[in-house]
Parts: sequence; structure tokens; C-alpha cells
Amino acid sequence: MQLKGSAALVTGASRGLGAALAAELARRGARVVAVAREAGTLEPVVARIREAGFEAHALVADQGDKDAVYPLVGAATALVGPIDLLVLNASTLGPLPLRDLADTECEDFASVLEVNLLGPFRLTKAIVGSMVVRGSGLVVGLSSDAAVNGYPGWGAYGVSKAGLDHLFRTWAAELEGSGVRFLSIDPGEMDTRMHSDAMPEADRSLLADPAQVAARMVRILEAAVPPPSGSRLELPGLESAA
Amino acid sequence: MNSLAPAVWPAEDRALARLLVVNPTRGTFRDALVSDLESLLRPHDLLVLNDAATLPGSLVGWSPRGPLEARLAGPPSDEGLWPAVLFGAGSWRERTEDRRPPPRLEIADRIQLEAPGPESGLAAEVVSVSSLSPRLVELRFDREGARLWRALFRVGRPVQYSYLRAPLPLWHVQTAFAGRPLAAEMPSAGRVLRVPLLRALRKKGVAIATVTHAAGLSSTGDPALDAALPLPELSLIPETAVAAVDEAKGRGGRVVAVGTTVVRALEGAFREGRLRPGANRTDLRIGPGFRPRVVAGLLTGLHEPGESHYELLQAFAPRPLLESAIAYARDGGYLGHEFGDSSLILAE
Repeated sequence: MQLKGSAALVTGASRGLGAALAAELARRGARVVAVAREAGTLEPVVARIREAGFEAHALVADQGDKDAVYPLVGAATALVGPIDLLVLNASTLGPLPLRDLADTECEDFASVLEVNLLGPFRLTKAIVGSMVVRGSGLVVGLSSDAAVNGYPGWGAYGVSKAGLDHLFRTWAAELEGSGVRFLSIDPGEMDTRMHSDAMPEADRSLLADPAQVAARMVRILEAAVPPPSGSRLELPGLESAA
Repeated sequence: MNSLAPAVWPAEDRALARLLVVNPTRGTFRDALVSDLESLLRPHDLLVLNDAATLPGSLVGWSPRGPLEARLAGPPSDEGLWPAVLFGAGSWRERTEDRRPPPRLEIADRIQLEAPGPESGLAAEVVSVSSLSPRLVELRFDREGARLWRALFRVGRPVQYSYLRAPLPLWHVQTAFAGRPLAAEMPSAGRVLRVPLLRALRKKGVAIATVTHAAGLSSTGDPALDAALPLPELSLIPETAVAAVDEAKGRGGRVVAVGTTVVRALEGAFREGRLRPGANRTDLRIGPGFRPRVVAGLLTGLHEPGESHYELLQAFAPRPLLESAIAYARDGGYLGHEFGDSSLILAE
């Protein structure tokens, strides 16, 4: 897609991959709305993008909160116009340290699904009609290795990401031919706070830099021949894709 | 006179909403469902939507001269000034025309708005008071950009309707295809058009285009001001809409406006023989005798004599036909008002 002049909304933009994607999209000419729960961490990210001469706006919202969805979409659209690119990056691991399913509270499981699966569904639903009517749009979901493999301790998170992948396949099937595309991307292991929360003992030198991952992702979004709608890309296995 | 019973809550299954089809060519009308639009519209017809989202424009607060409600009447000017109509304190259960008048505000008065939660509330200053009515003012908020929009969506709620059974949340006043929040009240005709129906229409060869029209308030509680409605409203007509209109007309299709706002937007932007793209402010009033240049017909709610929308319909169908159709709808239990049933008034 053509990023220059496009309107992009990125969730989970206060740190890690989300912050890097917001910056990279803005650098490529998109008008970016950066969304996160905490103003204190989000606003410096947006301030840095603006200082570099690009466009970004900070909106504080919790995507797990149903009542927050329409206010978020309304404010975002007021700031940058109808959304062309929706990046559903925000997600939660649930209570830390990670724990086995047998030790997971039902309420904690539900709140992981609320943030990682229902939040993206609601946000997409509030935006996709405008994309369909305009005949174009791209929705990107951040998936994970845990969506396809059953790793001990990653139950709630893995189920939410497997659900997100399936949600995207279904949206893609339903809206085939509409001009609106859906992509799930597994970015691989990155040196982020989420990673250190999940695996504090990991060797950080083996983890990818989120800024480099964001740059690769954005090259894929801009590719002249885009991946088919509904596909799931594993970034670590795509060394030559971009 | 009898009038249509109002729909007291938004219906969930909108494809099954009732549609009264009025055919001015034959002078007939008949029952249908919204889902029947698939057979009622033809390839090369063009459906034009108003994609303005609804502002959370009802703001409750205090002024130095007393409590009030400010209803945003449209988007801000380029200078960041928001038109607003003021009301006295009251509840959404009271009809607009029964609401207490607002305290008489003066330039430089400050309104402090109620805000739930711990964040500091939004405030606004009165910058001008209209000569039409002291209720019509321009406001400047104490912040701008993302901070203002965040605060507006936290503090404001959509304009409410006293005949509904509960207060309306924001999602019930957004169409499935809403874009920029510019409308003071919901462009309600498009509410029945869901994504699967729009896609089915497109597959059949019906074209769909959007304009953005900043629909204003339907009622202000002040007879002098109500008589001046609609105030000039902003329309954004994209090049794609102009091209779609040209294409439909070139192929013998009919341009069908979804809602009276789209009629005003398109007819208001028709100048010197053609539809003009871009931003346009229109104070066009459409009624009997008006000759539409762009629009062949419209999908709208059910409007009764006495409403300004009813005047507009007479540009598309003769009054006796509209009178028989509305009497039929009333007897047949069609529902009226913002969340009621629909009608299609379209020549063959």
C-alpha cells in the first residue's frame, strides 16, 4: 500500500514493536495515531516522532474496554481522517510470571482474550465498514509462534493469538474482493519488555531489534505485490522476502 | 392529527427493517424490506452515502450564570471555533422544546464541563453570541488536537432523544461506514445499510460513493432559531463522488441519496451546470418546486407533514402521493423518528 498521506492507527504504541512501527510508518509518510493505555509512556514516543518532523498523535485507550472503542475510532478519525491502515499490535501476556493452564484463573484467561482477541475484533468492526465503502484498507494483526505451538505457560496468550489468526482468516474470506486486506504477521522473538516479562532469563543478544523488525514489516506492507489477504507471515522465516 | 409511532430503540436486525417504496413515476407505493434494495436498485444506479460520524456533541456543565447543556451544532471553523446551541439544565427525558432556556451567556464567559474520572475537565469560552438567538454561540475549548478530541469523547455523549427508552451510547449513533465525526446528529438514513448489504449491492452492479456532510441539529428549542434551520452546513464532496455521479448518469443510472443530508450536499454543490468537488458550505433549502439536478430519489426515514424533511420530499414526489403513503404507513404500523423504518422515494 501507499503509506504517504495514508491514515494509520497503531495499538500498543508506547513501547517495543508498536512504538517502532508508529515511528517507521510516520517516517514513511503515514499520518499516525498511536494508541496505548498509559499517557506517560505513549506521549514521549509521539513527541519523538513529531520532533523528527513527522505526523503522530497520541490517544490513550484500553482496547480491552468495549466502551473505549468508538471514542478511540472517532477521535482518531477526527485527527487523521478515515483509517487506511489498522495495526493491531497491543496485547497482554496476562499475569506474570507466566503460568500453566492448571494454575490460570478463569478471570485472567478471560481478560487476556478481552484484550488480545475481542479488542481487535471490536476495533476492526468499527473501522472496516469505512474501508469497504472506500474500496481499500489494510488490517495487520501481530501474531506469535505461540499461536501455532502449545508452549507450557503460554496457554491464554497462545489461544488468544490462534484466535486472532483465525479471526483474520475469516474477515479475509468474508471481505474477499472488497479491496480490504488482512494480514497476520508473526514478528519473531524481539528484545522487548514483553519478551523479558515472559522470559527474563533469555539472552538478549539473540533477540531481534524491534526497530529493524518494524522496518522489515513496513517494507512488506509497501511491497508492490502484497501478500494475499488472509495470509499469515512468519517474519523470521522470510529472510529474503523484503 | 395521528402521527407515526416512534421507534423507541435501535433495532438490531436492520436488513429486516421495513421499507415503504414510493414510486412517483406511477404514483404508487408498496411494502418492502430494506434487504429488498437489492432488487429495487439496478446496475449503474449510484447510492451516495453520508459518511460523517456523529459527534459526542452533548456537553453538560456550569457557567458563572448557571448550569447548562451545550450541544455542538457542527464541526469547528478553521479558527477552531465550535458552533453550539445552549440549553438550560435538564434531563434527556425532556423534549428539546420543553427544556428550560439556558442562562444568557456573554462573550468571554467560561463553561466548565462535567467530566467523569480523575482527569481535569474540559472547559470552553464563549467567543461570540449569534444575533439570531442568544442560544447560538461559538465556543473555543481550552485545548486542541489529540488532547481536545480525547476530552470531547470522554466528556460528551451523543445528542439524546426523549422518546427513546434509555440513553443512547455512542455506537448506536454511528453508521457502519462512518468516517470523520462531523455530524451534530446521526445521519440516520444510512443506519440500515450494513456491510453485507452494501457488498451485495456492489456485486449486483450498483455503485456506492460517499460524501461527508456535517448534518446540524434537528431542533434547538427556540422557535426563532428553529425557523432558521438548517443553518449553513459543511459538505466535503470527493472527486470520486463526482466521477461516480458522472458515470452513473452517463450509463443511465439513477443517483440515489441516502438521507436528506446527501440531497442537500449534492444539490448544494451543483453549480454552473455540474457537481463541484471539494469543501462547500450550503444553506440550500429544498422543498416543493425545487428541481433536483443531481439526485433522482432518496432512501430516508418516514417523514410527516410539519417536518422540514417532509418539505424536501416534495421535490421528489407530489404531496398527494406522499400524504397517501404516510397515511398508509401510519395505519400499517410503520415506525417513525431517528431509529424508525425507511422509505425509498425513487422514480423509475
